Amino acid sequence: MIRLLVLFLLLAVPANAEEIVLGLSRDRVAITATFEGSEILIFGAIRREEPIPDNSELGVIVTVAGPDTPVTVRRKDRRAGIWVNTDSIEVDAAPSFYAVATTAQIEDVLRDVEDLRYRITTRRAIRAVGTGVNDSLVFTRALIRIRAGQDLYQVLEGAVDLEEETLFRTAITLPANLTEGEYKARIFLTRNGRVIDEYLTTIPVQKVGLERWLYNLAHESAFLYGLMSIAIAISAGWIASAAFSLLRR
Amino acid sequence: MQIYLPIAEVSVNAFLLLGLGGIVGVLSGMFGVGGGFLMTPLLFFIGIPPAVAVATEANQIVASSFSGVLAHLKRKTVDLKMGTVLLIGGLIGSALGIILFNYLKSLGQVELLVQLCYVVFLGIIGGLMFLESLRAIRNSRKNGGKVPTRRKHNWVHNLPFKVKFRVSGLYISVIPPLLVGVLVGVLAAIMGVGGGFIMVPAMIYLLGMPTKVVVGTSLFQIIFVTAFTTMLHATTNYTVDVVLAVLLLVGGVIGAQIGTRIGVKMKAEQLRILLALMVLAVCGKLAFDLLVEPSELYTLGTGGHT
Repeated sequence: MIRLLVLFLLLAVPANAEEIVLGLSRDRVAITATFEGSEILIFGAIRREEPIPDNSELGVIVTVAGPDTPVTVRRKDRRAGIWVNTDSIEVDAAPSFYAVATTAQIEDVLRDVEDLRYRITTRRAIRAVGTGVNDSLVFTRALIRIRAGQDLYQVLEGAVDLEEETLFRTAITLPANLTEGEYKARIFLTRNGRVIDEYLTTIPVQKVGLERWLYNLAHESAFLYGLMSIAIAISAGWIASAAFSLLRR
Repeated sequence: MQIYLPIAEVSVNAFLLLGLGGIVGVLSGMFGVGGGFLMTPLLFFIGIPPAVAVATEANQIVASSFSGVLAHLKRKTVDLKMGTVLLIGGLIGSALGIILFNYLKSLGQVELLVQLCYVVFLGIIGGLMFLESLRAIRNSRKNGGKVPTRRKHNWVHNLPFKVKFRVSGLYISVIPPLLVGVLVGVLAAIMGVGGGFIMVPAMIYLLGMPTKVVVGTSLFQIIFVTAFTTMLHATTNYTVDVVLAVLLLVGGVIGAQIGTRIGVKMKAEQLRILLALMVLAVCGKLAFDLLVEPSELYTLGTGGHT
């Protein structure tokens, strides 16, 4: 019996020669009224039982992904002289935020097969199936382009510092226009483009304080919230009017 | 100073919003328009999601028109009776409008319809008003400053249910104002605005009301229609952002007070020609967007199968 347990324990310990030990500069991000974006420092070390293999290239890839949501991508076309939305596709799930940071050029640290399996690059992280449009690739590319323009999709090649093939560190900047939810951080260790270890952790991003209270009120007691909005509007209008007539006197 | 908006989920500059609210507020007080047809496209432009912009704008208009109406009430330039008749029509109209809007949504292409609505109505109203006020200004110069009184008798005056509107100095049937209210309500619901820019010319040209009374009466009616719209949006779509609304309305209410005072000092023709020019400018911008190839052909929408 004891022998069996030992055997189990031995199996449970990952067979990898190298594995990731991780640290985060913060374990949650709070969106306050004056939130202007945030920076997360992701750092860690590579633990190994054996000496560093010198016949292969070591790579570290860090990805941070916001919650997945469906997105409609529409394309405009000229019809009867005016530009109107014609074709559109439904992307089943696209992360609201996505950053990929690597130690070197992505092709050098990651093979395409591995990318397909772990969904690491931005275009793989987006899931679009059964769109019904022939050139759906153009649409997903447009999605990436638009979100990249808003700093929501970031490709940071060479942004992970790797020291002595053991210590690594990178900083991911979260922009101010964040959606709340569980943000997934993944760290991949690669040798010659093959993933040899994967580490997963989540960073909750949440509204706090007044922001939280208003959001909950708007969704849970919508009628009250609506009345409150109108009351604020009416009283603001009245105060301004009263203040101005006082000024006149 | 950046402020994170809890419902819109974007971070924006607070002073920019205060400024925008102020400018639109001045125009609102001057012309008796809610300013939604200006503010809503501006909010899209600074990156507020369209659904939130339309809903929050309705809430902000409540504030600026209330502030404006109080200033007009003091001057006794609000025809409450006429306003009530228009309001009844307006509420019927907006209910009809929402039904129509949802029907068109199920057909798709509702966005295009809204844009075309804007271009066509802004173009017609702006153009007509511009020509008319130009003629009025020319006439008043010829007659040595004397403004000819426009009191033509047309079919409008031959309808039943005649009522005396003392403040406006009119004795007409309630049917035309009711119909104007319904029409404005329908358009307001589709275009997501208070409808002042349609209401004001309709009151002047169709009902023959004096310009000075028109502004206050229009604002009075707009308060109720937009309050109604705010409640609808808040309870069905959860898209009213109260933080955004507060920032806009602080600027807006102050602007409206200033605007009302500027409006009182100006001649009716000047007021009309300025409103006409503004309406035409917005129309031109929207038409331009439809006709010229956009730099980004793709747009993102919130998902979910419609």
